[in-house]
Amino acid sequence: MIRDITLGQFYPVDSALHRMDPRTKLFGTMVFIISLFLADHVAAYVVATGFLALAIRMSRVPFKFIVRGLKAVMVILLISISFNLFLTDGQELFRLGFLRITREGLSMSCFMGLRLIYLVIGSSIMTLTTTPNQLTDGMEKSLGFLKAVKVPVHEISMMMSIALRFIPILVEETDKIMKAQMARGADFESGNLIQKAKSMVPLLVPLFISAFRRATDLAMAMEARCYRGGEGRTKMKPLKYNRRDYLAYGFYGIYLAAMVGVRIML
Amino acid sequence: MSIRVENLTYIYGAGTALEQYALKNVSFEIPDGQFVGLIGHTGSGKSTLIQHLNGLLRPASGTVYYDGTDIYNEGYSLRDLRAKVGLVFQYPEHQLFEVDVFSDVCFGPKNLGLARGDVEERAKDALKQVGLKEKYWDQSPFELSGGQKRRVAIAGVLAMNPRVLILDEPTAGLDPKGRDEILDEISGLHRERGMSIVLVSHSMEDIARYADRLMVMNHGEKVFDGTPREVFEHYRELESMGLAAPQVTYIVHELKERGVPMEDGITTVAQAREAILRLLGKEGQL
Repeated sequence: MIRDITLGQFYPVDSALHRMDPRTKLFGTMVFIISLFLADHVAAYVVATGFLALAIRMSRVPFKFIVRGLKAVMVILLISISFNLFLTDGQELFRLGFLRITREGLSMSCFMGLRLIYLVIGSSIMTLTTTPNQLTDGMEKSLGFLKAVKVPVHEISMMMSIALRFIPILVEETDKIMKAQMARGADFESGNLIQKAKSMVPLLVPLFISAFRRATDLAMAMEARCYRGGEGRTKMKPLKYNRRDYLAYGFYGIYLAAMVGVRIML
Repeated sequence: MSIRVENLTYIYGAGTALEQYALKNVSFEIPDGQFVGLIGHTGSGKSTLIQHLNGLLRPASGTVYYDGTDIYNEGYSLRDLRAKVGLVFQYPEHQLFEVDVFSDVCFGPKNLGLARGDVEERAKDALKQVGLKEKYWDQSPFELSGGQKRRVAIAGVLAMNPRVLILDEPTAGLDPKGRDEILDEISGLHRERGMSIVLVSHSMEDIARYADRLMVMNHGEKVFDGTPREVFEHYRELESMGLAAPQVTYIVHELKERGVPMEDGITTVAQAREAILRLLGKEGQL
């Protein structure tokens, strides 16, 4: 069910990427995404593939597990590939009724498909190797400069980490309530759209109540430990760059230079 | 009306890094009208096991027979099965959703497709059975106390008129009085209506008092199965699983070791009291 979606999940193994500073990984993902939009030549994709392959290897997450995350975006992928394939003007290669495939369309859709797949894999490597807490910590620290323009960075990142933390809990809760209602003869699958929507009431009402209950409990627990927001708050494990991170930044520089170089020269 | 479980195996997170056996080759049979206690440490597989008994989970291998029919057969109506095998989850009050107590209890029988009159009849019976006073019936279930909410939720399952009632820690988080009341009502259902009961519990005292038979789960396997007195003989093994026999059995063992001729198989405080009085020659007194 909902648990089967691997996109955005954390994969608990110990690897060089897992130990890397979350800011480095965030920045690296950003560099990778930008570089993908620069790429318009086969050579650029070869370089990007190399970068991605290295990251996958270093993450020690099974390749099969990463690819499974693609299932969630399959539909979008297929739609964008077929639009590019059939709707691009240019030198005609093949025609079937109103559908025609051009040389430009073919290369465009290949690049587009590859770009989307790399985007998803690249960002899922980050979430697979970084716990939600590390991720929001990294974001808080990297976006700290926004505090100068009165953006409540700490509060936003706190809300994000709470939200991320509660996703699995709410998924489990949903599963439990669903089973409890099924034990009372509820049916969530059959019927038309209206009947289905109606059958959601016995699921949604308890779920909302439980979410509010958990929110109240959490707020009370935070207050009991004197939480007052970000001002003057220190961290038990402050983020610190290591040699590994400087190496990574150097590598990002070389990678980006190569991608820009390919773009300009070829 | 028996339930027969054969070589049940269930795996959580099959095919991922977190694959884990929740049940390993569990087999047993529960004949009609038995009161079974099911105990085990947190994560021992008891909750997973009971969710197979009404077909909410599908095992990796093995199967469950209700009345001799395999419940995982194609075309077997799991909805009918769930009416006959009622399952009350842990903290069942979290499943309440209706505007008033009475309509919430009606949810189950309504799902069975009964006529309106029958539905209301059953809801009334169920609410009376759990001993909830009529003045609460048109209140919102969310305004009731914890113990009352739990009764409403149990009534919600009872209203389906099950032959077998499975309860997962029905007394968790209740005060001693509420706990005793709920357990007495459950035992009443067993005595008066001949319902089979499967009671999942942490409390050895409760199990010793009510159950005819006791099953112990550990790491997804059934390790003991017998009458409470047979199982509590293994109190040392139970301790190594993070469980314990009822406290009174420890006193009895201690007395025996010091040469007091206590009789075998004492599992409740009342039995121990009788035995000690008998030894003192004061039977029937106090």
